[in-house]
Amino acid sequence: MPLIEVTDLHHSFPDGWDALDGVNFAVEAGEYVALIGPNGSGKTTLAKHLNGLLKPTSGRVLVAGMDTAHGSVAALARRVGYVFQNPDHQIFCTTVEEEISFAPRAQGLPPEIVGNRAQEEMRAFGLVEVAARPPAILSPGLRRKVAIASVLAAQPDLLVLDEPSVGLDAHEQEDVLARVSDYRHDGRSVVLITHDMALVTRWATRCLLLSEGRILADGTPGAVLGDSSALARAGMRPPALARLAQALAPLGMPTDAVQVEAFGRAYLELVEGRS
Amino acid sequence: MPGSGPVEALRGVTFAMQRGELLAVMGPSGAGKTTLCLALCALVPHSTGGTFGGNVVVQSRNTRSTLPAEMSAHVGVVFQDPESQLFTTIVEDEVAFALESQGLPREEIGRRVDWALERVRMTEHRHRNPAYLSGGQKQRVAIAAAIAPRPELLVLDEPTASLDPVGAQEVIQVLADLRRDLDSSVLVVTHDAELAGDFADRLLLLKEGHIGYDGPPAQAFQDPALLAEYAIRPPALAELSAWLTEHGRPARFHTFEQASEALSRPLTTAD
Repeated sequence: MPLIEVTDLHHSFPDGWDALDGVNFAVEAGEYVALIGPNGSGKTTLAKHLNGLLKPTSGRVLVAGMDTAHGSVAALARRVGYVFQNPDHQIFCTTVEEEISFAPRAQGLPPEIVGNRAQEEMRAFGLVEVAARPPAILSPGLRRKVAIASVLAAQPDLLVLDEPSVGLDAHEQEDVLARVSDYRHDGRSVVLITHDMALVTRWATRCLLLSEGRILADGTPGAVLGDSSALARAGMRPPALARLAQALAPLGMPTDAVQVEAFGRAYLELVEGRS
Repeated sequence: MPGSGPVEALRGVTFAMQRGELLAVMGPSGAGKTTLCLALCALVPHSTGGTFGGNVVVQSRNTRSTLPAEMSAHVGVVFQDPESQLFTTIVEDEVAFALESQGLPREEIGRRVDWALERVRMTEHRHRNPAYLSGGQKQRVAIAAAIAPRPELLVLDEPTASLDPVGAQEVIQVLADLRRDLDSSVLVVTHDAELAGDFADRLLLLKEGHIGYDGPPAQAFQDPALLAEYAIRPPALAELSAWLTEHGRPARFHTFEQASEALSRPLTTAD
């Protein structure tokens, strides 16, 4: 059984805007799916259906076999962890440690396990030094780490991250996404919403391209970012390496080499093949 | 460490900007980039408090004696979190707000609102409630509201962070247009080296409240040690040129044209 199964999903907002217009896809356990698409294409709206924050106008969303339109939000919350685009929408406790302990405690886990989980996440995110501080006064980068750590402490099967890299410098992005990647390696799944194509090629195993509430392309990051016609139809600009691969394609360069090392190796092979 | 007492966000920053200059400011989290933005629009020190030394002068207005409300007619600001600055229930009202408080005639307000919304591709959404817009669309509305008064200086704190790649290119285009049409100066804080390389005439690298580099972006982006020090991810093309060099094919490029030319040469010349 797939972890996520979305069938003919439609969603309209109260102001009449049709945000999702027939979305179909399935995600298996262990996948790391990047969700890309122009602003307003429905990425966040789609993601909010995965934990039942939004209910379908029509169609069906199953997560771990539960129909999100009918399942209890609490039962879903154990399966799906959601990190909001704006970390301030989810941070509410008076100390960092309280915040990170909140979800496992709410699940009724014994205090010892709650404590261990909080310690583990605080160590993984470098938050031990600020454990006793109020999250509200931390820098945006640290607040983002607290938000992600507090969701990971609940150990959900599916982690949904909406633009987790925004406002972080390169070192912080690396810390946060490396931790997320470790988390997935325990057989869990990640859905990552981002506009940063370098993150897509670096971390994701699969990429969904959304445009005007529909999925336009679905494949490996290289296949989707190398598909210049799908990107053009979505009104997306291919990342620099994809454009470069495209420009060299008449000379034999593969168009799905959109990550530095993959591009470099494909190019060396091409040059060596000529001599 | 944040929160452990008074933090010296800026420690003796000195620079001048010319009219029409496009300046990028980069550096690790906590470097003082946002504080610098707030100082340019007089919110530091008037709204934030704290200890303030030195002078910030924008078009001969010293922020010590100019309140943020007066400064706002000359300095447009887009904050990092667009939700913090949107407050109306209709997109076009949001964009018209600053113009109305400047007392401009109704037709002029209409013209400028049309122009600003068109520039950020939000005309289609002008009657919608910002609350139902996506994060990136909210950011576009915030940018439209900041450019509508045609400020002499536009300050943007990570304006493209939640924008799709085309949206980010459009914002760069808007900034270039503002310079061309109004000779406005633009200061952009960003973590995106590709973006900074595309639009900026000049780059300031800020760390721990100090300026450590003030010069052309291209030069900084070819210096991996400098980029690592300032927690900047190198542009993909610069990374590729470093990777090829490491793997026995010395290369030195950072623009698309240079890369395309350098890489196609060995594939087209006869051996």
